[in-house]
Amino acid sequence: MTGATLERGINALKEQIDAPVAAFFSSCVHCGMCSEACLFFTETGEPKYTPIHKLEPMRKIWYQEYTLWGRLGKMLGLSKPVTDAELTDWETLVYDSCTMCGRCSMVCPVGNDITYMIRKMREGMAASGHAPPGLIGATQRAVTIGSPMGVKLPALQAQINHVEKETGIPVPVDVEGAEYMCLLSSMEIMNFPEYIGAISRIFKHAGVSWTLSSEAFEATNSGIQIGVSEIAAELVQRIVTAAEKLKVKAVISPECGHAYMAIRWEGPNLVGRPFSFKVLHILEVLDDLREQGRLKLSGKEAQRLTYHDPCQVSRRGGVVQQPRNLMDMVAENFVEMPDNGTMNWCCGAGGGVSSNERADDLRLKAFNRKKEQLDAIQVEGLVSACSNCRIHLEDGLEEYHMDLPVLSLTETIAEHLAEN
Amino acid sequence: MKKDQTLGEVLRSRKISRRGFLKFCAATASLMALPPSMIPAIARALENARRPSVIWLSFQECTGCTESLTRSHAPTVEGLIFESISLDYHHTLQAASGEAAEAAREAAMQENWGEYLLVVDGSIPAGGAGFSTIAGISNMDMLLETAAGAAAIIAVGSCAAFGGIPAAKPNPTGALSVAELLQGYADQLPDTVNATASELKSKPIINVPGCPPIPVVITGVLTHFLTFGTIPELDALSRPKVFYGNSIHDRCYRRPFYDRGQFAETFDDEGAKKGWCLYKLGCKGPTTFNACATAKWNDGTSFPIESGHPCLGCSEPDFWDAGGFYKALSTPTEDISRAAVYAVAAGAAAGVALGAANRAKKSKAAKNHQKVSIDDLEK
Amino acid sequence: MTDTEFLLWVRGPAFEIATIIFTLGVVLRILEIVFLGRKANLAEARGSATAGGIRTIITRSVPESGTFKRSTFVIVAGYLFHIGLFVTIFLFAPHILTFESVLGFSWPALPTAIVDATAVVTVITLLVVLIHRMQDPVMRFLSGFQDYLVWLVTFLPLVTGYIAFHRVGPAPQMLIAIHILSVEALMVLFPFTKLMHAFTLFMSRWYNGAISGYRGVNS
Repeated sequence: MTGATLERGINALKEQIDAPVAAFFSSCVHCGMCSEACLFFTETGEPKYTPIHKLEPMRKIWYQEYTLWGRLGKMLGLSKPVTDAELTDWETLVYDSCTMCGRCSMVCPVGNDITYMIRKMREGMAASGHAPPGLIGATQRAVTIGSPMGVKLPALQAQINHVEKETGIPVPVDVEGAEYMCLLSSMEIMNFPEYIGAISRIFKHAGVSWTLSSEAFEATNSGIQIGVSEIAAELVQRIVTAAEKLKVKAVISPECGHAYMAIRWEGPNLVGRPFSFKVLHILEVLDDLREQGRLKLSGKEAQRLTYHDPCQVSRRGGVVQQPRNLMDMVAENFVEMPDNGTMNWCCGAGGGVSSNERADDLRLKAFNRKKEQLDAIQVEGLVSACSNCRIHLEDGLEEYHMDLPVLSLTETIAEHLAEN
Repeated sequence: MKKDQTLGEVLRSRKISRRGFLKFCAATASLMALPPSMIPAIARALENARRPSVIWLSFQECTGCTESLTRSHAPTVEGLIFESISLDYHHTLQAASGEAAEAAREAAMQENWGEYLLVVDGSIPAGGAGFSTIAGISNMDMLLETAAGAAAIIAVGSCAAFGGIPAAKPNPTGALSVAELLQGYADQLPDTVNATASELKSKPIINVPGCPPIPVVITGVLTHFLTFGTIPELDALSRPKVFYGNSIHDRCYRRPFYDRGQFAETFDDEGAKKGWCLYKLGCKGPTTFNACATAKWNDGTSFPIESGHPCLGCSEPDFWDAGGFYKALSTPTEDISRAAVYAVAAGAAAGVALGAANRAKKSKAAKNHQKVSIDDLEK
Repeated sequence: MTDTEFLLWVRGPAFEIATIIFTLGVVLRILEIVFLGRKANLAEARGSATAGGIRTIITRSVPESGTFKRSTFVIVAGYLFHIGLFVTIFLFAPHILTFESVLGFSWPALPTAIVDATAVVTVITLLVVLIHRMQDPVMRFLSGFQDYLVWLVTFLPLVTGYIAFHRVGPAPQMLIAIHILSVEALMVLFPFTKLMHAFTLFMSRWYNGAISGYRGVNS
């Protein structure tokens, strides 16, 4: 059978239900607290965006397939099965109004990890043909071309040339035995190629050997975003193959959120075996260098700055303190947002939302939450470590007529390297 | 004592002073929760009361009710009141016996037809006349015959009021209360009964339960009847509200211990010695309505709880089959721990079975998984 | 059937049946969950899943300040009636006796006056919580038949218990019997409704904390 069908979707949902999912659904008491944690609800007031509600079709399947009472109800014909129309209705809830930011999972009083379940729900949605068209397109490009934005090796090479001219430092490609193999997100390659220059200068300064791989440079994993594990696995495998071929010690995930989640936490589970190399976020690398005294900086940013935590890096990724150490190094006037660290608010564009044109209006409406955080602290600049966050933050700031520069933490560090 | 002497004349002949008499009237008024303004009315009524005829029938009883009523440490006015009624028939107290006793009963019935008070103690065996007869007459027949001409019936003691100990499981004699008997058997009247079924069913009955009842309760009811010629206000179980309107729990002097959570765990532990609440030892005070906690027994000496024994609930129906005298009201009557253990085992077995089924279903879904390629993302 | 016979039935076979259904149902539901299992995590751990699991079981009871500001009513009312239920169910002397007869051990009680006042506060809170569920847009949207049924079977034992204790009206044995019967209804419905959260929340908080703790995040 080819093509998406309802049957494949329901089967995927059945597969995805495990003990945590069953415990979560058993414990939900409909208290509604998750809605107050989700920026898509707080900025629209629409009850349908209540996080746990986004999982209703999956809950029905859990109940009807895996509980005694539910099974009896199904046998007696008393239960309503999940229909294709229902999944169509749920498309905008599962994809447009959710970035898998994980804030709801932090707030639920009975401890439900709703985000964990959304990730699994997407497997059923995608297999039944209910993923957003924009995301489908991105995924197809990621698999066939190697990048969801369609960035091919020549385009990357063009940017590399540019960067090499600017920095005067060669960018290593396919160097076997290098310590680190760096990944790049298409967003960075196309919109923020300064990042490549930044890591080039920092690694030279710190004496780190690194390389890119011409066979696997893409960090973004559309498979995670759309929710198809075999596609996600295929994309991860490309990186694994390249890393093993080049015999690197670690693979470095760039300033991107979901890319980090994909390679660091989902990666080994997708390909079915532990990695023989480490996986680090660029912030972890920089913080390690700082701790080892290998980063000598001069001067600090004088303007009042704050830091936006990319959800997949901090709350879902565990890299929380490192950016703060680095901010302290490079900013004179660093002030935290209200609700910072693991409780920071999502920018509103991760998890495939920015690839989904249908969600543009909603995404910009949700940005109001970030705006209110910024209004409360009146800063002169916003620093982050995810290029997807960055582009959306810029979008949002423009939409709300806010004149605030968005900076990359890595680039800022590079700008303050002592030899400058 | 001459039958047509008034109560006042009887008391004066016994050298009861006016002052003593009024003191009794005042005490009676307060006992029955009547205002002080009623005292002269009580005094007047009692003084001029003609001694009513009282026929006392004893069926399946232990004579405890009579014992309780006739207990007196010193001659009391209550005792004299009792004496001053014309007790025309009473197995234990009457002088006559045999045919003479039955003749006295029949004479009293004829002379006072429609006006005599019928007092009953003991239950009535409906399971067969052979269980209890008097002078060859079955209890049931005697009750129906005598009730026919009674102005009112007082069912003294829990046996007459509710069936009592004889009615305890398996109730081999088919013991019934007076009310049950009249309601259930008025339609099968023998020829000797001089009343219709509906007349019998509508005879006023006052239940004075207790095993036995408190003496002053009985005399209080009688006094009310003598004073007002009417039955005192009754509760849903036909008990005079004035004596049965409060629970033991609400009037118990050990209540502060209940409220503070201080209970005797055994009959001889520290708590018991300190006089703590007996709830844990099975006290039925909370569901028992009687005057024990206030009027007490033996002229206000004590009552079961004060003596260290939990209340049995003896003035309530079915107290004999209520799940155990020493089982607290809030405990289950079955062995729940055993049931719980079986349930855990059964739940574990069912859970393992269903859990395995869940696992199998999940594995099957995994086996049925068709790899989703980029061509399978659209319908 | 007389009042006494009804109370005996409620304290006897009915309680036995309710206990069996409750115990069997709870064990069954938990095993249904556990047997679905969880795949082992092949990614390199940053922190301890076990420590995270234990930690979240405890800390999830303490909402962080931003959450508290946003969900003040739900949190405060929720704590009020949960604590109220705990006090009235587990710290009232006659109830402790019931537990003792099943479990074989007991614990100290709170003075009756305190439990009584707590019952009043709890009843009021439950009523307020019901109104909120019916009026708040999100709550109304999420709530269905089961939510209201569960509210009712939680509310009835409190109210009937209060009435039985204060002997409002005639027939004290009937009042106690109705109270115990309402508790039996709660017990019977427990394993088939969201009331299971009383047990499963330990599992869900554990999984949440374990998943996050593995990644080095305190959730």
